Amino acid sequence: MTLGYPVSYSRSRSLAARAVARDSVLRRLDWALALAVLMLLAIGTALVWSATRQRELDAGGDPQAFLKKHLLNIVIGVTLAAVTTLLDYRMLRAYAPFVYVFSVLGLLAVLSPLGSTINGSHSWIQLPGGFSTQPSEFAKVALCVALPMILAERRDAETEPRLSDVALTLGVAAVPVGLVLLQPDLGTTVVLGFIIIGILAVAGTPTKWIAGLLALGSVGVFVAIKLGVLATYQVNRFAAFANPKLDPQGAGYNVNQAKIAIGSGGLLGKGLFHGSQTNGKFVPEQQTDFIFTVAGEELGFVGAAAIVVLLLVVLWRAIRIAMLAEDLFGVLMATGIVCWFTFQAFENIGMTLGIMPVTGVPLPFVSYGGSSMFANLMAVGLLQNVHVRRYA
Amino acid sequence: MSDRSRLRLVVLQVLVFSLLVTLLGRLWFLQVAAGQQYRTAAQNNVVREVVTPPVRGLILDDQGRQLVNNRTTLVVTVDRSTMDKQKDGGVAVLTKLAKVLHTTYADLHDRIQLCGTPGAKKPPICWNGSPFQPIPVAKDVTAEVALSIMERREDYPGVSTDLEALRDYPEPDSATAAHLLGYLGPVDTQEVADSKGSSSPLYGSEQVGRDGLEAVYDEQLRGTPGVKQLAVDFGGNVTGTLGETPAVPGNYLVTSIDAKVQAVAEQALKDRIMAARQGNTFERKKFAADSGAVVVMDVNTGRIVAMASYPTYDPNVWVGGISYKEYAALTSPTSGYPLVSRAIAGQFAPASTFKVVSTMAAVQEDFSLNATYPCTSSYAFANTSKRNYESEAYGPITIARAIEVSCNTVFYRLGYETWLKDEARTKPKESFVMDARAAGYGSKTGIDLPGEMPGLVVSRADRKASWEQNKAIYCSRAKTGYPEVKNQAQAAYLKAIAVENCVDGWMYRGGDAVNVAIGQGDTLVTPLQVARLYSAIANGGTLYTPEVAKAIVSPEGKVVQEIKPKVAGRLPASASTIAYLQQALRGVALRGTGSGVFGPSYPIAVAAKTGSGTVAGKDDTSWFVSYAPADKPKYAVVMMVSQGGTGAGTSGPGVKTIYDALFGVKGNTVDANASILPGGVLPSALPPASAYGQPVAAAATASLTMPAAPTTPTPVTGLAMALPPAQDLRRLSGGGP
Repeated sequence: MTLGYPVSYSRSRSLAARAVARDSVLRRLDWALALAVLMLLAIGTALVWSATRQRELDAGGDPQAFLKKHLLNIVIGVTLAAVTTLLDYRMLRAYAPFVYVFSVLGLLAVLSPLGSTINGSHSWIQLPGGFSTQPSEFAKVALCVALPMILAERRDAETEPRLSDVALTLGVAAVPVGLVLLQPDLGTTVVLGFIIIGILAVAGTPTKWIAGLLALGSVGVFVAIKLGVLATYQVNRFAAFANPKLDPQGAGYNVNQAKIAIGSGGLLGKGLFHGSQTNGKFVPEQQTDFIFTVAGEELGFVGAAAIVVLLLVVLWRAIRIAMLAEDLFGVLMATGIVCWFTFQAFENIGMTLGIMPVTGVPLPFVSYGGSSMFANLMAVGLLQNVHVRRYA
Repeated sequence: MSDRSRLRLVVLQVLVFSLLVTLLGRLWFLQVAAGQQYRTAAQNNVVREVVTPPVRGLILDDQGRQLVNNRTTLVVTVDRSTMDKQKDGGVAVLTKLAKVLHTTYADLHDRIQLCGTPGAKKPPICWNGSPFQPIPVAKDVTAEVALSIMERREDYPGVSTDLEALRDYPEPDSATAAHLLGYLGPVDTQEVADSKGSSSPLYGSEQVGRDGLEAVYDEQLRGTPGVKQLAVDFGGNVTGTLGETPAVPGNYLVTSIDAKVQAVAEQALKDRIMAARQGNTFERKKFAADSGAVVVMDVNTGRIVAMASYPTYDPNVWVGGISYKEYAALTSPTSGYPLVSRAIAGQFAPASTFKVVSTMAAVQEDFSLNATYPCTSSYAFANTSKRNYESEAYGPITIARAIEVSCNTVFYRLGYETWLKDEARTKPKESFVMDARAAGYGSKTGIDLPGEMPGLVVSRADRKASWEQNKAIYCSRAKTGYPEVKNQAQAAYLKAIAVENCVDGWMYRGGDAVNVAIGQGDTLVTPLQVARLYSAIANGGTLYTPEVAKAIVSPEGKVVQEIKPKVAGRLPASASTIAYLQQALRGVALRGTGSGVFGPSYPIAVAAKTGSGTVAGKDDTSWFVSYAPADKPKYAVVMMVSQGGTGAGTSGPGVKTIYDALFGVKGNTVDANASILPGGVLPSALPPASAYGQPVAAAATASLTMPAAPTTPTPVTGLAMALPPAQDLRRLSGGGP
């Protein structure tokens, strides 16, 4: 692996001196972004611990089992982010096809006998040693790298991508989207859809085409529901979203209990580890998809709003990075990541607040889960990589 | 970067910002604006209450005898959550259980449905309590049944046999006092909701007093249920106990009822009604005698010593829930309405017993008590005349003598001449009406029993108000007549009345005043009101609020609340007028209309008044009203038999029976030892400490423990091992040694 430093440095300077030098990587990092992400990771760690402690105790397990694994995931994830930050920017484009092919192979493996089903979603590959991975998370990274690679290759005077580029982009994107939809994982499919549309839009694709694509996407989701591609429980979630009173003990139950958990937190919350909804296991999947309910119940409006504000800081910095990027590739990559995080955060928090239908997507940086943690932090590394070599 | 790309990034930025602000807004709404609602929902999620019913307090008589206590019964309960965990939802278990209990699966199924859930039957079939509580499906099961279930526990998962306390009526000295005691019924959903947040909240599975003392003193008798607050998780699994308050048994209610006097009064009333139906002491005629009431009051306190109504009912029908059939039998038109307590809710014309009020009114109208008035065989006034009872004439007599012989014509005159004075006044005094009201007629006495009626006293203003309300009907009938009435003569008569009413139905005529003076016309009173008025005459003029309860005492014997006599007012008469009336009433028993019952030879000086109320188309209402001893009065005794004939003929002997028992009268002598009251007097103190006891609260729900596994068929007596020790059962029923 080649570590490319964008600026010259003198070997005569000490390591410390280099670190604080005006042109050092450390000084050029977006520290606001890094700090916001680290704070989200810290809050997430506390919430994962609280969400799993009582469950594990009730089941006779180690109350810190999830906490330990989560911390390990963070260590690995931060390392990945650091490595990604330091990758040679020029080499990133060269790696893009490999990243893409690798993730498609992963998605294919999921559909092969290697794949396994967790919580009704056939999205996982069991690895030796009790680990498992979710290739669809890495497909997000792959699209954020591969699509800009196609669209950034253009002649000087052009302000919008050629039709052939758009077609190629869609073709390349269609493969992982199709594979994820087959799992079926509607949440991730929609995330991928927003990444594609966001990148195409910022690449300058004419508005008509973007509108057409949005329409196509909506029809696609509708057809997916009608054709029975989705599992019954997923369709029921949409029905329950449309009418929460439909089945308070069934599909609407999770949403209802999630709202009770968050609403009962009030302004200041019940205190970490003191949520009755959390400890009573009323909200399912609480360390992953419904982690936000722990924040709402135990940390109250103050804590839950802090998460939203920190996510807003991350997205604000990411858009700023896109605007300051040295080239179109950087702009589009950062755009893809902004779309990814935005949709995923809005969908995840929105469903716990009852304003979005339930689809299983994790809350970036906060939810428990290795694959998504790694993918999210790699994306942060990509953002920092773009930022380090910005114009100014 | 092109301008278009930059613009689109700005659009993306706006989009991101607005989406996240939306989340913040929604978050604020859920957590801060609507937070309370969700806090309640979260609380309801995790806390489940299991209620242990308290042991209800007992009702004692003045000597400490138990009028109502508790008995234990074997109940079979079904635990819903265990049923729900069965593969078939408990169908097999319930079917098997139904066979043992000689009922059907459908019946058991209905009984364990929660009230208000779809498909559930109405209370009391459905279960009103918590789903976390074992639901009783059969009460009063035999020991064999209980044992056969306990022996094969594994065959009956979720089914258990418990001991439960039920109301019991020991009927000391065979006094039932059904109308006084009342009964219990299951609480309804509305009451549970209303009682939330009060000092004594109700739980769905509780029984509350529905009538009588059980209803009025329900809160004191009920006790406080034990509540165990269980923490549960999403699956309803109990994760811990959040708190537990033990059940507090209810307090004892000590009444002024004396069971022995009550028993005598009940029997005397029944006997006299039966006698009237056969033809009473003086008259040869058979009377309808459809109902009656008797009141024995302590004249110096207004407390009720005994009170009974006829027809009556067996209070046991309410225990453990009345069946529809039993309820219909108590309320159908052919039942005689035994649930109605005639003593407080029966309204009758007071007839001649009203003459004491008329005397007070006459004094206020300046008629002299020393003068004489002609007792003619009839009294002519306006364009009509009214005859004396059986047209007897006694010549000029005093008012006292007129009371003794119950001369109507003397009182007709007093009433009519007062009416003439009122007609001349710009503002009529209406002394007869006002004095009746001052004597407590026309309004409730305020006795501590439910369902009391106020009676009726009609003034000029009342008459006018009622005419205003009805004149449209009168006048329309005056025009149309009564074509639906077949009898031509009757139709013409009704039409004539309608014409008259249409024109001057508001008028308070001389005839009305004449009727009021002898306790007829519109005036209606309850036997209790009469007893209270005569008690006031006996005690020198103080009207008490009648009371049945004397004290509320804790199971430890500590007096929680003493219920003191309450003075409600004074008779509208001076001390000398009252003394005059006392003399007159004594005269009634000595040489007047009551002399046939008592006379000079009766060893107790009784003061009395008879009354025979006229009711159109029915037999007379028989009144015998009295107090004794005349010189130092203790008791007022009033008996009334509806359609019973004359006061002296039907009710008088019943009253005498009660005095015989109270004072220990044997022939012409008094033997205080023969009195049914110890020492011949009412107890001045509350019953001794031995009358109370600590009920064993826990035993009410204590599960029967399984005896050591029997290898041979267990005889029924084997259950004795399983039941709590015998003395515990006795203590549960609150009894002393």
